[in-house]
Amino acid sequence: MAFYVVQFLTGLASAASLFLVASGLSIIFGVTRIVNFAHGAFYMIGAYIAFTLTERFSGAFGFWGGVVVAALAVALIGVLVEMVLLRRIYHAPELFQLLGTFGLTLMVEDLVVLIWGPDDLVGRRAPGFKGAVDFFGQNIPSYDLFLIALGPVVLGILWLLFQRTRWGVLVRAATQDRDMVAALGVNQKWLFTSVFAVGVFLAALGGALQIPRDAVHHAMDLRIIVEVFVVVVIGGLGSIVGAFVAAVLVSELNAFGILIFPKISIILVFLVMAVVLIVRPWGLFGKPEAAARKTPGLTVNPWRPLTSNERLASLAALVIAATLPLFVGNYALTVGSEIAIFVIFAVSLHFLMSVGGLASFGHAAYFGLGAYGVAFLAKMAGLPMIVCLLLGPLLGCMGAAIFGFFAVQLSGVYFAMLTLAFAQIVWSIAFQWVSVTGGDNGILGVWPASWAASPSHFYWLALGVAALVTIALRIAVFSPFGYALRATRDSVLRSEAVGINAKRIQWTAFVIAGTTAGIGGALFAYLKGSVFPDNLGISLSVDALVMVLLGGVETVSGGVIGAIVYKALNIWLVSQTDLSKLVLGGFIVLIVVVFPKGIVGMLEMLAQRRRKSSPPGSSLLAKPIESAE
Amino acid sequence: MSVAPPLLAVEGLTKSYGGIHAVRGVSFSLRAGEILALIGPNGAGKSTCFDMLNGQNRPDTGQVRLLGEETTGKKPRDIWRMGVGRTFQITATFATMTVRENVQVALISHGRQLFNLFGSAPNFDRGEAGRLLELVGMGGYADRPCGELAYGDLKRLELAVALANQPKLLLMDEPTAGMAPRERVDLMRLTAQIAREKSIGVLFTEHDMDVVFEHADRIIVLNRGTLIAEGSPAEVRGNPQVQAVYLGEGLVYDARHREGASS
Amino acid sequence: MRARNYFVGAAFALLAAGMGHSALAQDIKIGEINSYSLLPSFTEPYRKGWQLAVEEINAAGGINGKKLVVVSKDDGGKPADAQTAANELVSSEGVAMLTGTFLSNIGLAVSDFANQKKVFFLAAEPLTDAVTWSKGNKYTFRLRPSNYMQAAMLVEAASKLPAKRWATIAPNYEYGQSAVAVFKKLMSEKRPDIQWVDEQWPPQGKIDAGPVVQAVAQANPEAILNVTFGPDLVKLVREGNTRGLFKGREVVSFLTGEPEYLDPLKDETPEGWIVTGYPWYSIKTPEHDAFLKAYQAKYNDYPRLGSIVGYQTIKAAAAILAKAGSTDTDKMIAAAEGISMPSPFGEITFRKIDHQSTLGAFVGKTAQKDGKGVMVDASYKKGADYLPSDAEVEKLRPKD
Repeated sequence: MAFYVVQFLTGLASAASLFLVASGLSIIFGVTRIVNFAHGAFYMIGAYIAFTLTERFSGAFGFWGGVVVAALAVALIGVLVEMVLLRRIYHAPELFQLLGTFGLTLMVEDLVVLIWGPDDLVGRRAPGFKGAVDFFGQNIPSYDLFLIALGPVVLGILWLLFQRTRWGVLVRAATQDRDMVAALGVNQKWLFTSVFAVGVFLAALGGALQIPRDAVHHAMDLRIIVEVFVVVVIGGLGSIVGAFVAAVLVSELNAFGILIFPKISIILVFLVMAVVLIVRPWGLFGKPEAAARKTPGLTVNPWRPLTSNERLASLAALVIAATLPLFVGNYALTVGSEIAIFVIFAVSLHFLMSVGGLASFGHAAYFGLGAYGVAFLAKMAGLPMIVCLLLGPLLGCMGAAIFGFFAVQLSGVYFAMLTLAFAQIVWSIAFQWVSVTGGDNGILGVWPASWAASPSHFYWLALGVAALVTIALRIAVFSPFGYALRATRDSVLRSEAVGINAKRIQWTAFVIAGTTAGIGGALFAYLKGSVFPDNLGISLSVDALVMVLLGGVETVSGGVIGAIVYKALNIWLVSQTDLSKLVLGGFIVLIVVVFPKGIVGMLEMLAQRRRKSSPPGSSLLAKPIESAE
Repeated sequence: MSVAPPLLAVEGLTKSYGGIHAVRGVSFSLRAGEILALIGPNGAGKSTCFDMLNGQNRPDTGQVRLLGEETTGKKPRDIWRMGVGRTFQITATFATMTVRENVQVALISHGRQLFNLFGSAPNFDRGEAGRLLELVGMGGYADRPCGELAYGDLKRLELAVALANQPKLLLMDEPTAGMAPRERVDLMRLTAQIAREKSIGVLFTEHDMDVVFEHADRIIVLNRGTLIAEGSPAEVRGNPQVQAVYLGEGLVYDARHREGASS
Repeated sequence: MRARNYFVGAAFALLAAGMGHSALAQDIKIGEINSYSLLPSFTEPYRKGWQLAVEEINAAGGINGKKLVVVSKDDGGKPADAQTAANELVSSEGVAMLTGTFLSNIGLAVSDFANQKKVFFLAAEPLTDAVTWSKGNKYTFRLRPSNYMQAAMLVEAASKLPAKRWATIAPNYEYGQSAVAVFKKLMSEKRPDIQWVDEQWPPQGKIDAGPVVQAVAQANPEAILNVTFGPDLVKLVREGNTRGLFKGREVVSFLTGEPEYLDPLKDETPEGWIVTGYPWYSIKTPEHDAFLKAYQAKYNDYPRLGSIVGYQTIKAAAAILAKAGSTDTDKMIAAAEGISMPSPFGEITFRKIDHQSTLGAFVGKTAQKDGKGVMVDASYKKGADYLPSDAEVEKLRPKD
C-alpha cells in the first residue's frame, strides 16, 4: 500500500513541474492566441541561467535567489521577444507566430551550446531538500514533497491573480473575447506583453526548478514542449485549472502505467490526448472556442487561376528545372530530388491548411506511412518499384481516412493537436514494433530499380511527380470541390446553410492531402533507400508547417516556394556551417518580421501595389464589421 | 382556404432549456408567396423558434412540415436541399471569396457538384450567378472580394446566395439589422418583389416595426415563448395584448440590433 | 573557455570544409559525418580527436606522401540528413571513403548507402550489432566494440556476482532493447539460476525517473542492469540515490564509465557500479601516454572517449589508405580486412570475417574521488576475447 501512495506522490511531483510550464503556455495562448513554440526554449534558458547563478552564489539564499532571479531574467527576455518580434506579427495569419517562435527555438538551441558549452550540466541539489523522507519503508525525496506543495500554491496564486486583480479580470475577458477588450479601451499592447512575461516567467521557473532533478542540456526544450502542449490541450486551452488537472492526470497515468506496461510512457500522453479530444473536443475544462472572428483573408487578393502568361512562366520554370541534369553534378541532382519531394509534401499540407483552413501538426504521419508502405511492398512482397510507388501511398491514404475522420470533427488548435496525437501514435508503432518495422533501425535497402537509379533519372522522376501533384492540387483548388472546401473554411455556418456537409468535405480534403503526402513519402523512401520512424516524426511535421507558413498560407503557390526555399537553405546551411540552427532560425525570424505574409504573400502584395495605386474606398467601411460564425 | 398543404406548417413547437420554456406550443402556417413577420420583444423566443425551423435546433415536441414533408430533426443542409434559403442576423458569407464565388458555391452545391475535383469552379454557371447578382442589384460587384463589401451589400449578397437553390421558402433572421434606414427599405422592397414574382414564401424576424408593418402580409407575435397574436398588420397593430407587451418594452427597437443568439 | 573551444572547433570545421574545396588533386580526402548539433557532448571531443589525428598524420608526411584532408558534415541526428551528407561527400567532394556516425540508425543508413553506392565506410561509434552482423556488408567496417562485445565484457563481471534477482532499465529504442537482450542471453547462459524480475523502458531522453526508480525498487531486485546514458542517466542516478534504490544492490551499467556520462555526475556519482568506460587518468601504457600528452598539449583539456574514437577512426582510415596505396574501394577493402595497427588502447585488428575491429573497452567500478566520478579497478578488455566463434558469426552475417 505504501508503495502505491509513494508512487502517487511521485506522480504528483512530476505533475508540478509540468503544470508550471503548461500554465504559462495556456495563459499565453488564451490571451494572445499565440502558439508559443519557444515556450520550451524559455524553460531551457531558465534552467541554464539558474545553473550559472546557483553555481556562483552559495548557500540557501544563493540557490533560491538564483532560481527566482533566473526566472525573472528570462521573463525579461520574454518581454523583449514580445516587443521586438511578436508585436509585429499579431495580425499575421493564424499560426504565423508559430513560425516566428520556432525560429527563436532553433536559435536558442545553438546559442546555449555556444554560451554554456556542449557538456550536460548537473546543478546543485536544493538546500534543505537534499534527502528523502521515510514513508513506511519507502523513500520520498523531500524535494518531491516541495514540488508537490508548490503546484497547488502556484495554482492558488494564479487563481487569485485572475480573480482578484483588475489585470486578471482583463486577462480573463481577453481570453474569452479579444475584440471586446480592445473595444473597452484597454491598452492591449501592454496587456499582451504582461501576459507573455507571466507565461514565460512560469516556464523559466519550471526550468530553473529542474536543476536539482535533471541535467541541464541543449535539448531540454524539445523534450518538454510537446508534452506541455498535450497537457494544455487535455486540460482545455486557456484553463489554468484544466492544465493542473491534466498535468496530474498525465503524470499519474505514467507513474502507474509503467507498472503494468513498462513501454507505455513513450506514447501514453498522446493516447490520453486522442481519447480526451474525441470524447471532449475542447479538453476537460475548455469551452467551445468563441466564434472565431477570423482576421486572415479579409484583405487578401481573391484567388484566381494562373493567367496564360503565368502558365507559360511556370512551364518555363519547369523546363529549366528539367534541364538541370545537363549542368550540375550528382549531388545537386540528389538535393534537387529531395527538394522536389518536399514540394510534394508541402503542397499537400498547404492544400489542407490554406484551402481547408485545417492546420495539421502531424502531417508527417502520412508522408511516413507512404514511405513505410513502399518499404513493406518492396522488402516483404518484393514488388517492382513502379508498383510500390503506385500502391505505397495507399497506406498514407488509409491512415488519413481513419485519423482524418476523427480529426475533422474538431477545428483550430484542437484539430492540430489531435493530428499531432495520431502522428505520434503512428510514430511509436513504427518505433516499437521492431519485428515488422525494424524499430529505430528502420528498413534498409529500399533502393530504386535500375531505370530510376541514376541521380538524373530519379531527379526527373521526382520533378515530374512533383509537377503533376502540384498541377493536380491546383486544379483541385479551382474545382467545385476546392470552392466547397474554401467555403467550409470561411464559414461553416454558411456552408451548412447552402447544403454543404462540411465535415465530409473536410474529411475528403484530409484524405487527399494524406495520400499526396504519401506519394512524397514513397519517393523519399526510394531516394534514401531506407525508411526510419523519423519519417513520421514531429520534426518533419514541423518542417512541413514551416515550409507552408514561410511560403505564405494565404496564397495558392506558397507551398511550392516555401518548400524550395526552406529545404534548399536547410541543406546548404547544414553542409556549410556548424551553427546551421542559429542561422536558419535567424533567417526564419527575419522572414517573419519582414514578410509577415510569407514569401509569396509578400510578392503578391508588391505586385498588387504596383498594379493599382489606390485601394477601393469601400474597404474602410467594411473593416469594423466582420463576418462571424 | 386552398386544399393543397400550406408551404410551411408549424404545429405545437416547444423547446425548453433547464425548465425554462423558451418556446411553448407555437403553431402557425405560411402560404407560397406570402411574407410573414415573426415579432416579439427580446427574449420572446424568436431566435429559438427560428433555429428550430432551419434545423439548428431540435424541438422538444412539435412538428415542422414543409409542403407536407416533415423537417423536424433534419440538419440545416438537408432542410436547404428541401428548398429553404436563409439569411443570418449577422451575415455569414465566405469572406475570402469574391461576390460571384459566394453565389457559385451555392450553385455548385445545388448542382450536386461538391465532390467534383476536376471541373472549373470559376466558370461554374457564371450566367446564373450573374443573374442572381443582378437580381439583388449586385451585378457590378461580382469580382469584388467579399471581405471588402459594405454591410448592406453583404446582406444583398446573402439574399442572392439564399436564392441560388430556387427556394420555395426564405428564412430571414433580422434581415435589416445593422443597416441604415434607407438600405432597410430597399432590401425589404427587393425581397418582397422577388418573393411575389417567384411565389416564394418568406418568414422573417425583425425589430424594426416600420419594416414589419410596411412589408409583411401577415404578422405573428411571440411573447415569453407563446404566440399571443396573429393577423394582418392592421389587426396586430390594434391588438391590445401586443400593445401592452410593446409599450412595456418602451418601444426601443432600433437601439437593439443584437439579440442574444441563444434567447 | 568552453565557448571559445567551440568557436575554434567551428572555425576548424569551416576551414576543413574550405580546404575541401581548395584541396589539391594529390590530396586524399576523407568524408566524415556525425551528429554534431544533436550530441555536442560526445561529438565535440570526438571532433578534437580526429583533428589531432589529421594533424599528426600530415606532420608525419601524410599518406604515402599525400596530404590528408577530412571533410566533416553534420547529420543533425537524422538518418535522412546523414544520407544527404554522405551523398555530398561522395558525389560533390569526391572523398575516398566515409567515416564517422554515432547513432545506430544513422550508422545503418550510411552503411546501406555505402553498400548501394559501393563506397568504403568506416563506422566509428554506432554500437548496434546489425552494423557488422545481420545488416553487415562488404563495404562497412566498424571501430568501436559492439553492443554484444560490451555486454559480454559486463557479463563476465556480472555473472560472478551472487545476485539472482535482476531488473533492467533501458531506453526504449533499438540500442536499449538489444543491449538488454544480449545481456540477458549471455547472463542466462552462464547463470541459469538468474531470475529477471522487472524491466523498465523509459523513452530515450524523456525518463520520468521517480516512478521508474520506485517501480524497480518495488520489484526488489538484488541487481540492476542500466543501459540509460546522458541526461537520462543523471536523472536516474539522482532519483535512485535519493530514494535509496542503489543501496545494497549491485548495478551493472553500459557506458557509464565514459567521461562524457560520468563527469557530469560529480559528487552524486554512485559507488561500485560495474561499468564500461574510459579511465584516461589511470591508463599507463606508452601508447596512451603519447596520445594523452598530445591531446592535452593541443587542447588544454582532457580526452573523453569520443576523443579516442575520433582519433582512432582517422588513424585507422589513414592506415587502411596507406596499406591500400590507392583510393580504389576494392583495394581499400582488401587492405582493411585483417589490417592491424596501433591505437591508444594497444594494437587492434579489423577482422576479415565481419569487419569488426578488436578495439576493446575498460571495465571497472565507479567511485568518487575529490567530489568527482572516476573509474577504479579498471582493466582493459581486448575486443577479440568477447566475440562469438567464427562459425556463429558466419551464420549471423548475410553472404555478400
